[in-house]
Amino acid sequence: MLHFSDLLQYTDVFFSGLMTTVELTLLTTILGIALGTSCAATRQYGHPIGQRTVTVYVELIRNTPFIVQLFFIFFGLPSLGLKLSPWQASMIALTINLGAYSTEIIRAGLNSIPKGQIEAAKVLGMTFRQTLTRIIFTPAFEKIYPALTSQCIIVMLGSAVISQISVEDLTYAANLVQSRNFRAFESYLVTAFLYLGLAIALRFIFNQIGKRLFAYREAR
Amino acid sequence: MSLVNLHQVHKYYGDHHVLKGIDLDINAGEVISIIGKSGSGKSTLLRCINGLEEYQQGGITLDGNEVTTEDIQVRRLALSVGMIFQNFNLFPHMTVGENIMLAPTIVLKKSKAEAADIAKAMLEKVGLAEKFDSYPEKLSGGQQQRVAIARALAMSPKVLLCDEITSALDPELVGEVLKVLEQLAKEGMTLILVTHEMNFARDVGSRVVFMHKGKVWEQGDSKTLLSDPQTDELKQFIGAVL
Amino acid sequence: MIQFSNYDIISNLLYATQWTILLSIAAFIGGTSVALLLTAARLTRNNVVQKCVHFYVELFQGTPLLMQMFLCFFGLSMLGYEISAWGAAILSLTLFTSAFLVEIWRGCIDTLPKGQWEASRCLGLSFLQTLRHIILPQAIRVAVAPTVGFSVQVIKGTALASIIGFVELTKVGTMLNNATFEPFKVFALVALIYFVLCYPLSLYSKYLEKKFHVSR
Repeated sequence: MLHFSDLLQYTDVFFSGLMTTVELTLLTTILGIALGTSCAATRQYGHPIGQRTVTVYVELIRNTPFIVQLFFIFFGLPSLGLKLSPWQASMIALTINLGAYSTEIIRAGLNSIPKGQIEAAKVLGMTFRQTLTRIIFTPAFEKIYPALTSQCIIVMLGSAVISQISVEDLTYAANLVQSRNFRAFESYLVTAFLYLGLAIALRFIFNQIGKRLFAYREAR
Repeated sequence: MSLVNLHQVHKYYGDHHVLKGIDLDINAGEVISIIGKSGSGKSTLLRCINGLEEYQQGGITLDGNEVTTEDIQVRRLALSVGMIFQNFNLFPHMTVGENIMLAPTIVLKKSKAEAADIAKAMLEKVGLAEKFDSYPEKLSGGQQQRVAIARALAMSPKVLLCDEITSALDPELVGEVLKVLEQLAKEGMTLILVTHEMNFARDVGSRVVFMHKGKVWEQGDSKTLLSDPQTDELKQFIGAVL
Repeated sequence: MIQFSNYDIISNLLYATQWTILLSIAAFIGGTSVALLLTAARLTRNNVVQKCVHFYVELFQGTPLLMQMFLCFFGLSMLGYEISAWGAAILSLTLFTSAFLVEIWRGCIDTLPKGQWEASRCLGLSFLQTLRHIILPQAIRVAVAPTVGFSVQVIKGTALASIIGFVELTKVGTMLNNATFEPFKVFALVALIYFVLCYPLSLYSKYLEKKFHVSR
């Protein structure tokens, strides 16, 4: 039989795990998208060497498992003298991971902007930087916003792995609870639904933000 | 008895009342042109006749059989009604020949050889005999539409419904499609067209039905009606399109 | 303490790679089979069935694969069903893969113009005939590229099986790391092997996609 009541006393454990996951997700989202944006711009408009570097980075990350990236950063980098706490290592790994995927997504957005827009800006005497920030970015992001936010949620779900280097996230909490009360199924089931709730909540929040961000269409 | 009969047909899209009691009798061999502004319900009317759209009140009979959107019913209907669409809807993964042969073989259960003979005959009729093995994407819009006509004809329908079949075509390609229709009309095929081609309606059509605000506003012999419209709405419409 | 030469490390990793490949293939076959069933169920146009499939997709796309694996492994054995790490890994990866594939394929079927259904209906084709002769041949052509692309996610997903103790590439990597204290080298090699497995599939998927777009 299932005994969910045995989990009640661990509410605070679950809660603090959930908070860690949320905190990491938010930070990663911001940093990862920033990284992805600059990489995408480099890949699209940058120096050939920069373009090639970005391609290698994106392909390396997209074609290896996140857990291996995490282990490489957490266990491997210290041997080069770079000591990282589990939290720092997770932050870096998650950001690098999201950065690679969002580079691809954002690049697709940049590609979708008609050449005529850039030419029109040029004819009007705008500098390249002005064109990029004022003409290209908004419609490009609007186009790929759903894909980008889904990727953020995928990364959030993937972050369950960081419990393996003992970051005290939601999955860590689940492991902790089940090791104390031996109610593995209940503990993991509750955790799974907490993740599901978090995913749904994030999607809702992203949608709301999207409506604000791209409200310029309805504004007039 | 008439071939197609509509009696007090009402159609709603949610709250939107699209068809407001349509009565229409169409006899075998007639060429009916349904004209009217966009949004007047003319395409919807056509799609109700072959069960692609539901209607909420009234009745439609075709050759004495009631028309509904039931799958079985629509399939039986397909044996007597052919439909040509504005954007052709050819099957892109099949050659022209395969497009035409598909329904005769799997619906009418004809042999491959027999279906191929029919397909060739129909392509001959629309003047595309040499395109049997081409893929639709290699053809011009006008050619694709003629293939679509051949595909419908291969089921030897009693009536052919044409939903703005020249609207997606470049102007210079319209003529070849209309010529095929004219030939069909001469052979006695019953045609119901939703169209903007006023000249065609006048010269080839036997009757014009003017739809306005979901109703049959005015109808009559094509030559008389178009040269001497009775209602202001039709006068205005003719003035706008000519 | 046993000394591990580079040769030992690489040969151990390559040996473990077989299990990663095997698990990937099993999960991919399982995932496509279940996804086929779910796609068929969805196409019946039965409202209740469609809601169920939708819920299934939400559930497995909205929770971490790791949690699904834990539930299959620890959870099922708690409930009295003994299951090996291998069995739990295949089961959870199958569920996970099918949830994504059914969604990918739905997109492929939905991109076909409605006119294809209507034209088939007007020619008197039955629902199944339309599926078989008109919809599936076209949808499959669209679906191949993203499906190959998703196989990369499946291979990467198998790495999580190491956490429930299934001995595959990542697990052997952590074991070798514990034995050699050369994490940089070991995990770089592990990553390299995954890359060699995944990158060709990524390239092939891109190639297919391009080929398809040209042919349109």
